[in-house]
Amino acid sequence: MGSTLDTSGLATPRAASLPRRMGRFNRWDTPWLNPKLLAGVALLLVILLSGLLGRFFWDTDLAFSGKAPLNLPPVGFVNTRGQAGTWEHPLGTENSGRDMLALMIVGAPNSFLVGVVAAGVGMTVGVILGFSAGFIGGRVDDVIRLLSDVTVTIPSLMVLIVIQSLMRQVDLTTMALLIAVFAWPTPTRLIRAQVLSMRASGYVHMARLSGASTWAIMFREILPNLTPYIFASFIGNATGAILAAVGLETLGLGPQRVPTLGGTIYFAINAAALLRNMWWWWGLPTLMLALIFIGLLLINLGFDEIANPRLRRSSQ
Amino acid sequence: MSHSTSMTEANAPVLRVRDLRVYYETPKGDVLAVDGVDLDLFEGEALGLVGESGCGKSTAAMGILQLVNPPGRIVGGSVELGGRDLLKLSEEEVRQIRWTRLALIPQGAMNSLNPTMRVASQIEDVIVAHEGAQRKEALRLRILELLRRVGLPERVYDLYPHELSGGMKQRVCIAMAIALNPRVIIADESTSALDVVVQRVVAQTIQRVRHDLGMAMIMIGHDMGLMAQMVDRIAVMYAGKVVEVAPVRALFATPRHPYAQLLIDSVPTLRERKPLRSSEGITHDPRNPPPGCIFQLRCPHVMDVCRSAAPQLKRVGPGQWAACHLYAEPAEEGGRHE
Amino acid sequence: MGRYSIGFIAQRLGIFLLTIWIAASVIWLIPRLAPGDPISAMIMRMSSSGGRVENADKIIAGWKERFGLNDPLPVQYVRYMGNLLRFDFGYSLAHFPTPVADIIGLALPWTLGLLLVAVTLAFFIGNFLGAIMVWGKTPGLIRAVIPMFMIFTSIPSILAAIFLIYVFAFLLEWFPLAGSYPLGMKVELSWRFISAVIWHATLPALSVVLVNFGYWTLGMRGMMITVEGEDYIQLARAKGLKPFYVLYRYLVRNAILPQITAFAITLGSLVSGQVLVEYIFGYQGMGNIIFAAITSQDFPVIQGASFMLIVITALAVLIMDLTYPLIDPRISYERN
Repeated sequence: MGSTLDTSGLATPRAASLPRRMGRFNRWDTPWLNPKLLAGVALLLVILLSGLLGRFFWDTDLAFSGKAPLNLPPVGFVNTRGQAGTWEHPLGTENSGRDMLALMIVGAPNSFLVGVVAAGVGMTVGVILGFSAGFIGGRVDDVIRLLSDVTVTIPSLMVLIVIQSLMRQVDLTTMALLIAVFAWPTPTRLIRAQVLSMRASGYVHMARLSGASTWAIMFREILPNLTPYIFASFIGNATGAILAAVGLETLGLGPQRVPTLGGTIYFAINAAALLRNMWWWWGLPTLMLALIFIGLLLINLGFDEIANPRLRRSSQ
Repeated sequence: MSHSTSMTEANAPVLRVRDLRVYYETPKGDVLAVDGVDLDLFEGEALGLVGESGCGKSTAAMGILQLVNPPGRIVGGSVELGGRDLLKLSEEEVRQIRWTRLALIPQGAMNSLNPTMRVASQIEDVIVAHEGAQRKEALRLRILELLRRVGLPERVYDLYPHELSGGMKQRVCIAMAIALNPRVIIADESTSALDVVVQRVVAQTIQRVRHDLGMAMIMIGHDMGLMAQMVDRIAVMYAGKVVEVAPVRALFATPRHPYAQLLIDSVPTLRERKPLRSSEGITHDPRNPPPGCIFQLRCPHVMDVCRSAAPQLKRVGPGQWAACHLYAEPAEEGGRHE
Repeated sequence: MGRYSIGFIAQRLGIFLLTIWIAASVIWLIPRLAPGDPISAMIMRMSSSGGRVENADKIIAGWKERFGLNDPLPVQYVRYMGNLLRFDFGYSLAHFPTPVADIIGLALPWTLGLLLVAVTLAFFIGNFLGAIMVWGKTPGLIRAVIPMFMIFTSIPSILAAIFLIYVFAFLLEWFPLAGSYPLGMKVELSWRFISAVIWHATLPALSVVLVNFGYWTLGMRGMMITVEGEDYIQLARAKGLKPFYVLYRYLVRNAILPQITAFAITLGSLVSGQVLVEYIFGYQGMGNIIFAAITSQDFPVIQGASFMLIVITALAVLIMDLTYPLIDPRISYERN
């Protein structure tokens, strides 16, 4: 670039011919437009929206037993009794007459609900505890760190199995809250570590020297810088919560009155759908859950690359 | 200090660097970290490489060692060691030359040792890698001798890096560097992470080892005072280019390049040491240097020609070279930097 | 190593006991926070599911006595903890009067065996792939293929299990549909029996490995990239060491340490995942007896089996905690 302006001819001519890469001045060139993050968000949005909007186009009452003919295959397939699928129940039905399409429309948002509630509660508790541990330090830090280190190693599903088998009918929110009991240690550890490293860095010290109160420092200086970590850990928590919910539902310990994807798999396994080759019965909820988890994974990977540019580079 | 400052330039250099270019790829274009560096290192001499942080001195060292990590890459030039151009050798050939002929005392010894290996194993593996397996006892004696040479007690042999102080770690690195008796050692800011007292001890250790073994050394740093006591010649770098090369006394007495003058002015006396301070730092975008001289934006003597033509290194005194339009081209020495 | 101090071991033991105490207390406390007492909840569940339990009245009366529902809460709590600590889980309701401990004793070895094999395989395969993904000498094709397997990472093991059964057991019939060994086969130390066990365990183990190795691959890849930026790797290269030596002695040796710490932390969810896989495969381990107990409202078995798995997880974490200082020289035996 520089050498094109030379008029004296004294500059070394080599500079012009060197393989030098010039900038791409693109205003879309921000790390937040990470392809993995966008793909994950898009996938989840499609699933969520088709669940929410599907209610206006499809009768969700069909998700309850006895509303439709039994054991129909999806359109274009024939079941073991020779019945062909019909457009009245495009994704087929199961053995107590629930319509698979309606189950999907109701079930998928329910999974989101559990994930959001559990992750939200776990996150809030985690941020508060993590902040307290990192900022107050001392005895408070010792106790919080010990509790989160210990809780994180407990196989939470085992505890949830005992609790849910003891309790009367659980609804979705109760299940989500119970899962949240085990969702706080990871964000707590993460936020604590970040607060500690930020406390050690200069600008918090500067804020303190300039007379800002502890709370002002926490909310004006530290919290905004933690947003990416909080968001990433929310996604991780939501994944864990949906995973736990699916586990409980599949064991038959989920909510009994609302259709869930895991609950559908439970009924399918109990009715030996595998051996009866009713693949749509277990296959559709499995596929739907798989898509949700793939979406969450993509978001997580995208966040990783945004937070750690070195990962981005080596993935190219 | 004790070595002759008038190393005759007729000798063939042990290490000869020509037009070395190392660029770093960034989304907004390449950063020209090292942009056409020429250096000669003669048998047994110590050459200081100084400049403010970000001037490319460490990158130049990594370029010489062929250890530039992505997103950086060596774009061109040559690094001749004993007559062979390292840039033209295969990876395996470079590997065999490393440490046997060209060793490194790294920057910040705090983290330069593998935390999961004992000191002895880290010295041992370099010997075994280049000389093959040998008797355990012979190796042990040799390593203990190396430790003794840098003034470390025998017990260091069995310790892990985290059990050592910063100065001890740095001396382990020195012991490691001399293990195979290389002809050239590059010391990259090897004293800068240490406190002043330890710094002096480590610097003395390096000097003593160099006297005992007589290897040539490139010392990179920004502490002009310390440099003055340790090296024979100094090369001053600014924004990826060498702007002046001179014997220590000549540089301190009569710095020629305006940037070198600025540097020397920031050192109060030869005896009093103080880190290099300069008011502005590099002012142009390193991705897109202005045409002509790289120092034009900060130069008090800037002329029209500086905005269009890049100055070449020219002989401005005995053994002293500067890249500046202030000095007329001497006819008899013009060929050196074609 | 005789350098372990009493304090270090005592501290780790304390954490071990604390883990179990917290888990047990949560189990006890939360159902009591819910409206109604646990026993009436159980009765409701039993009657709503048709109550296949014989001697229901007797059992409920026994329960009420056992739980001491008329005692003050602290007394109930102390009695409950005392029973747990003696591993006294009472009798199975569905197989009265078989002690719960006997039922667990039959299932536990299967779970532990499968867990050990599957989790170890996943850890080693995952870390190996993560390491070679970063290593400069790995062929580009391999580096391009590995991320494709990563898709399994996102899927819970229970879904992978269902999928594997359908494809490899139901459609292709390469592997058995269920069980740990053929019904009626004599349990003995013969090649015939052992090969049958391996054949039955392949799909369950594969479900665990497939969904877990990617977690380690991703983690190892991140750690390798971090370690690659360390000064000591630069120096190792400058030393002219052989590339493979640098890989395993400098890069992997240091990158694996946080992975081992992560292993201890994720063990709990690995156990949970495997329990679900066992249930899907009808593998006669803890997952299966827990599911059977849920179906038959056999609460003592649910509680006993779950509690045993919690204890075993905590025990595994304790063992890892105690051995970690042998792997990482920076962790001193005296300090926390």
